[in-house]
Amino acid sequence: MSTEQILSSDGLPLEVSLRKAERKNKLKALFLVGPLFLFLLITYVFPIGDMLFRSVDDRMITSKLPNTFAALEKWDGKELPDEAIYEAFYKDFYPLAISKESGKLYQRLNYEKSGFSSGLKKTNRKIKKFEKSNYKEQFMETHKIWRNVDYWVALKNTAPKWSYVKYLKGVDLKLDPERNIIQQDEDRRIHKILWLRTLKVAFWVTIFCFMLAYPISYLLATLPMKYSNLLMICVLLPFWTSLLVRTSSWMVLLQQQGPINDLIVWLGLAANDNRPELMYNVIGTFVAMTQILLPFMVLPLYSVMKTISPSLMRAGKSLGGTPFVAFRKIYFPLTVPGIGAGSLLVFILAIGYYITPALVGGASGSLISNTIAYHMKSSLDWSFAAALGTMLLVGVLTIYWIYNKLVGIDNIKLG
Amino acid sequence: MSLPTYTPWNYRVWHYTYITICALVFFFLIAPLFIILPLSFNAEQYIHFSKGMLALDPDAFSLRWYEDMIYGTKNPWGLAAKNSIIIAFFATIGSTILGTVAALGLSSRHMPYKAAFMALLISPMIVPLIISGTAIFFFMAKVGLAATHTGIILAHIILGTPFVVITVTATLTGFDHSVTRAAASLGSNPVNTFMKITLPLILPGVISGALFAFVTSFDEVVVVLFLAGLENTTIPIQMWVGLREQLSPTIMAVATCLIIMSTLILVTAELLRRRSERLRGINR
Repeated sequence: MSTEQILSSDGLPLEVSLRKAERKNKLKALFLVGPLFLFLLITYVFPIGDMLFRSVDDRMITSKLPNTFAALEKWDGKELPDEAIYEAFYKDFYPLAISKESGKLYQRLNYEKSGFSSGLKKTNRKIKKFEKSNYKEQFMETHKIWRNVDYWVALKNTAPKWSYVKYLKGVDLKLDPERNIIQQDEDRRIHKILWLRTLKVAFWVTIFCFMLAYPISYLLATLPMKYSNLLMICVLLPFWTSLLVRTSSWMVLLQQQGPINDLIVWLGLAANDNRPELMYNVIGTFVAMTQILLPFMVLPLYSVMKTISPSLMRAGKSLGGTPFVAFRKIYFPLTVPGIGAGSLLVFILAIGYYITPALVGGASGSLISNTIAYHMKSSLDWSFAAALGTMLLVGVLTIYWIYNKLVGIDNIKLG
Repeated sequence: MSLPTYTPWNYRVWHYTYITICALVFFFLIAPLFIILPLSFNAEQYIHFSKGMLALDPDAFSLRWYEDMIYGTKNPWGLAAKNSIIIAFFATIGSTILGTVAALGLSSRHMPYKAAFMALLISPMIVPLIISGTAIFFFMAKVGLAATHTGIILAHIILGTPFVVITVTATLTGFDHSVTRAAASLGSNPVNTFMKITLPLILPGVISGALFAFVTSFDEVVVVLFLAGLENTTIPIQMWVGLREQLSPTIMAVATCLIIMSTLILVTAELLRRRSERLRGINR
């Protein structure tokens, strides 16, 4: 049995011709996505990768003190090192002290063990007058850190090129001098509380948003168009308004002499001279974030509810269900996709919130983002900021992945 | 929502409770914005309602904080407004062009790995701003664009494109591709087809995406906080700085202007959305 090949007009078999055309279309589509893809790759994806890299990169000390680390390799860490190691350190440190390029080194070593910074600074001043022999003695005279074996152990511990200590620090763990993972000192365990608080705030804000958004979305979806369009403005106007404007309006409302406190006093719930603190604590963060993120819950819920035919509820009722039974058994299950979409979106946005907690949250209402910003701008411990950022990013991307699986990212609704 | 006369009393009670709850939620959403308007006209220096204001005494109101905003000495708002507008303008153009072109590719039925590309292109909207800010700051510092307008504009293009991609792909879902094929069969080249046929049809989506990109840039503070020097201060940065110090009536005046602006943008966006739905024949 012979099959006759169908040929296209240019003489190629139809199958080949079709495949060629498909490939051309595919390339065309890729070519269109290409510019944005490359742009984001260079300015966004690589930088985020670079941040990841920065959080584990620990080569700075090793690169600044190469001779010292070469000499320290054989040192057993039990007693003070011998003259050769002090000499190697002199060889490394002298040029740094002259060129004044050692600031970062002090800072980095001080994270490892406090006391390093002041010791090195003093050594920096004195080292220019060192004689060219008997380094050990001269170092030990200069500052007490050189008489203490613990500092040498700490220095040797920074030898590996990559380190995960910043991640340990992010969950209140640290390494002891023998490189075992132990709990951070009691008074320094602050990050676990922060992570838990961030999760707690994001969780409750999501719940509050859901509870407030569900009734109004239902109303918006069931009212006739001309009324619902009008009411929709109440949802969309805050959505389009500057975040800082909305946060400042909450600062006006929640301040001690503000309208809400006036109302509380007027109702007799609190004395005038004992007005409750509504701002600069976690209450402020909750209230403001709920209002600010509410539209992100309403919009997906509304768009799902809009597609549910009202006749389903009527059918339920006509079959003998009370409105509540009909709602619970028919309407509510149909809105679950909208609830999922809205909740995940609000949760993702809440978990990384920065501006609002920084302005109305005070110390007890600040979240993990605020700590990242603090380490970026004030303490300048950039690798720790990068480590915290990476941990947060992993969390967010996990939820994003779930969102993508459940809702599909192209189903995000905007206004 | 009027009830039929035969409704039993318990449903009636429930119905009115429900309406009250909804009214309260709408109030919660919208009222905080309106608290700012009267306070910006306060004649006094404090951020609360004076007795005169509550009594609607005309002397208790004034425009002095608007004057201060515009003519005040050592006033940062002029420079900030200029910077904000320049940055938002170029960022909008950049995001709109990149986003629209990418959306055209993404909506093609031949696009391979569509979901993966989409997830990546949308990610700047999902990743917390503090992380984006940190990463972009390291990058811009490395290439020498920190504390420049260019750096901030590039950062805002990154943050703005997801909105354009989303709105334009949404517009393209109902797009009838036979019209572009018709144009091609009549001898039009692809660029011409795009300009004359596709673009006019998807224009509402493009413009509403551009509005989103504009608002994102105009309102963005976290990334600018990392990137901006004194020369690149923007309106949100000035508000942030002001709010961290104390609430001042001048900030209320600026906020009022921003609320008016967002109202105008909202109206435009809504009109565009309706027009787009009409064009695509979606009736709701």
